Amino acid sequence: MGSYYINRTFFFDVHPPLGKMLIGLAGYLSGYDGTFPFQKPGDRYEQHNYIGMRGFCAFLGSCLVPFAYLTVLELSKSLPAALLTAFILIFDTGCITLSQYILLDPILMFFLMGAVLSMVKCNSCADRPFSASWWFWLSLTGVSLAGAMGVKFVGLFVVLLVGLNTIYDLWDLLGNLSLSLVMFGKHLLARVLCLIVLPLALYTAMFAVHFAVLNRSGPGDGFFSSAFQSQLIGNNLHNVSIPEHLAYGSVVTMKNLRMAGGYLHSHWHLYPEGIGARQQQVTAYLHKDLNNLWVIKKHDSDTADLSDPSSPVEFVRHGDIIRLEHKETSRNLHSHQHEAPLTRKHFQVTGYGINGTGDSNDFWRIEVVGRKTGKLIKVLRSQVRLTHVATGCILGSSGKTLPKWGWEQVEVTCTPYSKETPNSLWNFEDHINPKLPNISLDVLKPSFAEILLESHMVMIRGNSGLKPKDNEVTSKPWHWPINYQGLRFSGVNETDYRVYLLGNPVIWWLNLVTIGLYLLITVCTAVALKRGVQLTSELKELSRVVLRAGGQITLGWLLHYLPFFMMGRVLYFHHYFPAMLFSSMLTGITWDALLKFCAVFLSPSTTARKIYGGGFLALVLLILYRKCSYLCEPGFTEVRRQEGWQG
Amino acid sequence: MLGFLKEPVVVTAEINVNLVALSVMGLISRLWGLCYPRAVVFDEVYYGQFVSLYMKRIFFVDDSGPPFGHMLLALGGYLGGFDGNFLWNRIGAEYSMNVPVWSLRLLPALAGALCVPLAYQILVELHFSHCAALGAALLILLENSLITQSRFMLLESILIFFILLAVLSYLKFYNLQKHSAFSGSWWFWLLLTGVACSCAVGVKYMGLFTYMLLLATAGLHFWHMIGDQNLSNISLLCHFLARGLALIIIPMGLYLSFFYVHLALLYRSGPHDQIMTSAFQASLEGGLARITQGQPLEVAYGSQITLRNVLGKPVQCWLHSHTNTYPIRYENGRGSSHQQQVTCYPFKDVNNWWIVKDPGMQQLVVSNPPRPVRHGHIVQLVHGITTRYLNTHDVAAPLSPHSQEVSCYIDYNISMPAQNLWRVEIVNRESDTDVWKTILSEVRFVHVNTSAVLKLSGASLPEWGYRQLEVVGEKLSKGYHQSMVWNVEEHRYGKSQEQKEREVELHSPTQMDISKNLSFMAKFTELQWKILTLKNEDTEHKYSSSALDWITMDTNIAYWLHPTSGAQIHLLGNVATWASANAAALVYLCLSLWYLLRRRRKIYDIPEDAWQLWTSAGGVCAGGWAVNYLPFFLMEKTLFLYHYLPAVTFQILLIPVVLQHLGDHLCRSVLLKSMLSALTVAWLSSVYFVYCTFSPLSYGQPALSPTELRALRWKDTWNILIRKQ
Repeated sequence: MGSYYINRTFFFDVHPPLGKMLIGLAGYLSGYDGTFPFQKPGDRYEQHNYIGMRGFCAFLGSCLVPFAYLTVLELSKSLPAALLTAFILIFDTGCITLSQYILLDPILMFFLMGAVLSMVKCNSCADRPFSASWWFWLSLTGVSLAGAMGVKFVGLFVVLLVGLNTIYDLWDLLGNLSLSLVMFGKHLLARVLCLIVLPLALYTAMFAVHFAVLNRSGPGDGFFSSAFQSQLIGNNLHNVSIPEHLAYGSVVTMKNLRMAGGYLHSHWHLYPEGIGARQQQVTAYLHKDLNNLWVIKKHDSDTADLSDPSSPVEFVRHGDIIRLEHKETSRNLHSHQHEAPLTRKHFQVTGYGINGTGDSNDFWRIEVVGRKTGKLIKVLRSQVRLTHVATGCILGSSGKTLPKWGWEQVEVTCTPYSKETPNSLWNFEDHINPKLPNISLDVLKPSFAEILLESHMVMIRGNSGLKPKDNEVTSKPWHWPINYQGLRFSGVNETDYRVYLLGNPVIWWLNLVTIGLYLLITVCTAVALKRGVQLTSELKELSRVVLRAGGQITLGWLLHYLPFFMMGRVLYFHHYFPAMLFSSMLTGITWDALLKFCAVFLSPSTTARKIYGGGFLALVLLILYRKCSYLCEPGFTEVRRQEGWQG
Repeated sequence: MLGFLKEPVVVTAEINVNLVALSVMGLISRLWGLCYPRAVVFDEVYYGQFVSLYMKRIFFVDDSGPPFGHMLLALGGYLGGFDGNFLWNRIGAEYSMNVPVWSLRLLPALAGALCVPLAYQILVELHFSHCAALGAALLILLENSLITQSRFMLLESILIFFILLAVLSYLKFYNLQKHSAFSGSWWFWLLLTGVACSCAVGVKYMGLFTYMLLLATAGLHFWHMIGDQNLSNISLLCHFLARGLALIIIPMGLYLSFFYVHLALLYRSGPHDQIMTSAFQASLEGGLARITQGQPLEVAYGSQITLRNVLGKPVQCWLHSHTNTYPIRYENGRGSSHQQQVTCYPFKDVNNWWIVKDPGMQQLVVSNPPRPVRHGHIVQLVHGITTRYLNTHDVAAPLSPHSQEVSCYIDYNISMPAQNLWRVEIVNRESDTDVWKTILSEVRFVHVNTSAVLKLSGASLPEWGYRQLEVVGEKLSKGYHQSMVWNVEEHRYGKSQEQKEREVELHSPTQMDISKNLSFMAKFTELQWKILTLKNEDTEHKYSSSALDWITMDTNIAYWLHPTSGAQIHLLGNVATWASANAAALVYLCLSLWYLLRRRRKIYDIPEDAWQLWTSAGGVCAGGWAVNYLPFFLMEKTLFLYHYLPAVTFQILLIPVVLQHLGDHLCRSVLLKSMLSALTVAWLSSVYFVYCTFSPLSYGQPALSPTELRALRWKDTWNILIRKQ
């Protein structure tokens, strides 16, 4: 992906641009020239200079350990807990694998942990608000939030975590009657400034840079609307000038407004026997083609007088009844009450008639969304709906791919349901009419806000569009914490070296057990406190750590894990890693607290030994598994301990 | 002994006339003209077929929810003497004489009518005045959408009834808590809460939302009890156990019992058999059981079997082969082995029969005694009719080039040897020496030479393969997927070595009856899993709507249209009520936020008990609205306006709560108070006016003229059917 930035060609991806920009920057600085195709995993890099990019990601990945260490230290004020967390993260094979390659995840996790760390630091500065360090940590939280959001949308969860924490904080301040309302207002303003305004500004700036850098036409064009495409150098819509208003006799192409919607298309081939009426096919086609051209005709007059150069130009108006004639085959766009080939409840759309002479089923009413009758129709900018006059159905594209006989183009139907969806909206893209003056498309230049909005819409739709295919073995969220199934990153066939993403099972099971343990401890502590059991000051402090610090971390874990259960898109094992970070921190805090609880009854020296004993245990078992994280050798099958880990 | 005779026997009856009057009005409004129209109305076409299937005791699977609601509807049919003979195929079809329309519709209507007194009681239990409670009940009474929904054979009114019942009994229980814990009535209301919750969940899964709300409320209340230092640990534990029993154990037990009754009632095979596994099908009377009854249990060398793919998607199908071969070149230019096709065929056919053969022996019959095939054994599979061996080799499959082609081997005498050894792996084995069992065992066939696994790819072959489904050898076969798993469905021990005789071979004698082997829990798990995972194809519907449309009621549903006149029935809410319910929710939200912030600054605008009242009422009404509404934004299924009805019921209950609070605490002067009462009366009459205006569309009579209908189209988005003259 970084290549695109270096070549400055436009592309489309479901994630926001910051991560890829950083990788691109790292590559640029380390002298990578952007020519490697990055087509499929397993390709060799040959002479390309990729060390810079990998090194950058690995550096960010290794920052996670000190971040986690500092966070836990700040939260629990206990060195053993912090050390345990750091150990876990250092020796977790999954974290190592993930941060070794050119991926977005180490960058995301870097910002995520940065946000958590600065949030925690800021909380501990709460006793001296508005001091320099307080401001520093608060604004650093904001910056990290912007970074996390800018890498992947998963960053939104950490925003949510910080948001909840801030609300809790403010609620506390509000209850503090010694604080005047003015002071409270200042607190509120400072947080709004640092945690809302600052990240948003940075986030927008990031997109500004993204669009400024990528100004050449590339493979991502087709996902965006016509107006967007006109911004890109090299796109055929860039700097072209076409007539602005639609007129009778114009030759046009129509683009469906759903994402990757395609152009209205027809060709000489007929619908096969048994599928509706045996007339000419009408489809939606994603590529530019002569068969996408249609001529706009009046419904009641014939073609002759329109081609006469002396006749006055007559514009098409909102609400007019028109006829669309296919330029190559001279057939009219036609619909009737036969069922459509794939979407059975819709009507079939065909090409009908000879040399433009058809019947009344060829008449369509053209309407612009949100406009009054009599207005002219603008090329590119007007969103147009074509209503079939005889049956009242609306021309739309269902998005389903036709079988072989339809050349695997997209089905076009006439839907009897009058729902306002992009499926049934079209815009005119090309427009040829020699009688009209051309205007430059720069007039149509979309504003930055529009571009921003559109690219977000496209990203969100792209994200939800990543649906698992039938029969595909996909990863389920409940697989993750139990390390059920890894993810193969690279590796071509049985004998080759391969990289396999899999957590260190000892650590992961420990984490899982700890979550249960933590819940148990929390319930016990909370009930004991609620029942008013008298505690020593040391125990009180400990239970505060368990409830407050542990609660914060658990909340983080929940926020980064539970939402995946509700997502319909394809999920991968690496989605769990942000949650895994929180879970590791929780492990540190919980075991530390648990051993300290025990220490009340036992002598302190055994406690310390236990913690280090636990750390050691993880260390020993690591040796067996670390082979797998760097490069698995062919003899790797020995390490398969659990059915489902694929060799 | 006879002490009771010394005192006179006195019966004192306390009758709340309000309640009686409300119940009577509710009954009148819901039961009036219940048999009209005597035609299939909207989703009756859907539920009706299930009622018919219940009457005929035919098994079915409905993915829309658990069976309790269907059973209640069927109970109505049973009491009315319905024989199940009606073709539910079209909305608007006239009912024939054998359909007891009145009794079929009675139960939902009764449930709908009882919602009125329930609403009254809930507000009383929330410690609001009888006046407010009366208002709430009247609003429910005059709500057109609730009336329409409860007058037909639909489930929403039953669901709402159980939800309200659960809320009411929990409130009763909670109010008893302070004075008479563990008394008889305390137990009664606690248990009733659990029962009503499980009934609600049993009718529709939507009931889960309210159940969760009540569980959370109970948890919160119990949390407060933990803080109460006057209670001993023992009594706390008793309280905890009682709640756990009544609110978790009993609902689960009841939920299971619904399925038990469901499965006990439906013992005949029917149209949905194919969705279930062979084991399940075999447990039903008729259908597969007729074939499988008496077939041998253990697959042995020489057994003749049909192999069904466990996945059942896109259709159920059996491993199949026929004499046609793969084309030498495919359309895209790739070559094939030109050997005999192996496919998966969705219909029963003689070509689905395969014979299990021991690679070490020639014979194709079962020896005496039979030698069973166990997990890990290596077998050859011989196609019964063509006597060719199931084979796979390193040739790309026709439609999935990454997998191996599976064929029946023809020896062309070229350098392509037969590779026809398969290892049998029983997926659901209990030990490694398990015997391969008919129907029960799910097996994978692992190719010995290439370790590819026999798999249904799901793609359908082109013309040359007769559009049957493609079967491939999957090389990357780690992990479990149902498309790689097969089970034996039909099975008999082969007796005749001769090809001709084999084709006419008959069933072997009974050895054991497999249907007895499937326990209730196994059946329940399978059925429950199927209900949860079975997904109908996303259907676009003319009256489907999005959750956002519901608040403002931008959408309606046409339920029925008279074949000739303009009489019609629509699901349309009472506009005045919906608008004021929205206003009440908004006011409630703003006021709560205001109070909360002010209380945080230790400024108390209202007395503490009023605040308690305000929050508890809000928790029930606003909370009930939120839990029943907000989850729909996350759902991807087709949504209809009637999904909003439980939520709107709670929202309506919020109106009198807010009004009384305004009157009691915000209108300080007498003048303001009387103004508020006057406004309330005016507004109530406007609600009544709207009810009357739209009642022709709720009851379907009298028929309206097109002009009148056009006048009723208050919103442009409403789709009221106007017949062209």
